[in-house]
Amino acid sequence: MFDTLANLIVYQWLGLDPASHLGAATHFFVMDTVKIFVMLVLIIYVMGLLRALLSPEKVRDYVRGKPKWLARSSAVTLGAITPFCSCSSVPLFIGFVEAGIPLGVTFSFLIASPMINEVAVVILLGILGWKLTVMYVAAGLAVAYVGGIIMERFKPERWVEDYVWKIHMGQVALPQPDTTLLGRHRYAWCEVKEIVGRLWKWVIAGIAVGALFHGYVPEGWVTEHLGGKDNWFAVPGAVLLGVPLYSNATGVIPVAEAMLGKGVAVGTTLAFMMSIAALSVPELIILRKVIKWPGLAVFSGVLAVAFMLVGWGFNLLA
Amino acid sequence: MKNIKVLGSGCRNCQTTYDLIRKAAEEKGVAVQLEKIEDIGQIMSYGVMSTPGVVIDGQVVHAGGVPDRRTVDSWL
Repeated sequence: MFDTLANLIVYQWLGLDPASHLGAATHFFVMDTVKIFVMLVLIIYVMGLLRALLSPEKVRDYVRGKPKWLARSSAVTLGAITPFCSCSSVPLFIGFVEAGIPLGVTFSFLIASPMINEVAVVILLGILGWKLTVMYVAAGLAVAYVGGIIMERFKPERWVEDYVWKIHMGQVALPQPDTTLLGRHRYAWCEVKEIVGRLWKWVIAGIAVGALFHGYVPEGWVTEHLGGKDNWFAVPGAVLLGVPLYSNATGVIPVAEAMLGKGVAVGTTLAFMMSIAALSVPELIILRKVIKWPGLAVFSGVLAVAFMLVGWGFNLLA
Repeated sequence: MKNIKVLGSGCRNCQTTYDLIRKAAEEKGVAVQLEKIEDIGQIMSYGVMSTPGVVIDGQVVHAGGVPDRRTVDSWL
């Protein structure tokens, strides 16, 4: 359906040649833009209607006081199903610390949350198919789980800013939501406006990069220069390239689509996606408000190594 | 006069919420004392982790996201 629509717009109305670079890139751009935005609006609306979006306050209540393995499993799972704006990272971190949730568990949550969320998962399914979705989600959950455990070994308490320990949080008294159908509809629509309003730039940028890659990178260039899956340097290269680049987990999907289409190895692509979504300079700058530089350096190092292991692992399996 | 506090560490949504409430109050001709709370310790003391939050006369009425105009009107 989306393909037919894109064919109509690009080849019939705009009269572009399907065999040309511009034609291929424009087709990719039109098709992915329509497809991703339709999906975005639908998923967010449905999730909003079900009021399935968890608030961080609920996550905190749920995780606190649980035995560590259970706390960590639920932190990772809940991190994966809740899409948080990175501007909530700081209050979230403090709230977790204040509730006595171990720092390692909090780190697990902070890793899982930007990397996996239900919106990204549905779009992954729609664009890249279920196999890649399962790989991405499984690898992401594993990285978050193990990454938190490794962070704990470094005794991260010493890197938390002093003021964080002194904050006392008031009793959580959230207003009761309006659960009538009209109330749900309004809430869902608000969520659509808010989340799409926040994401659209990243998504468009991601589609544009994907479209350029798809249309202009010649066949064979990737295997020649990145050496396919046997090139060991492709994975660390992809991770390092992903750190300064920042995008939302959803925005990175069209880029991955184009990379896979040109023959970039699966592991390399996954490592690149994770690095872009979970490890970024803006995110680190926000976290700097609660964690000192050495702590952030260790955090980035642990994540970078984890992404490389994921990349190499999947390249070996492929 | 109502005392309204917008809780938020300075992200764009928090500013939007603040402007929305100010505009709504002006249009309805309701006198309010509107403040922005950016200190994280103070924000958390209201039990709010998801910003922006809105506190009216000491009561948290909203948290996590920009409220819609109808909701704002109902507060005033």
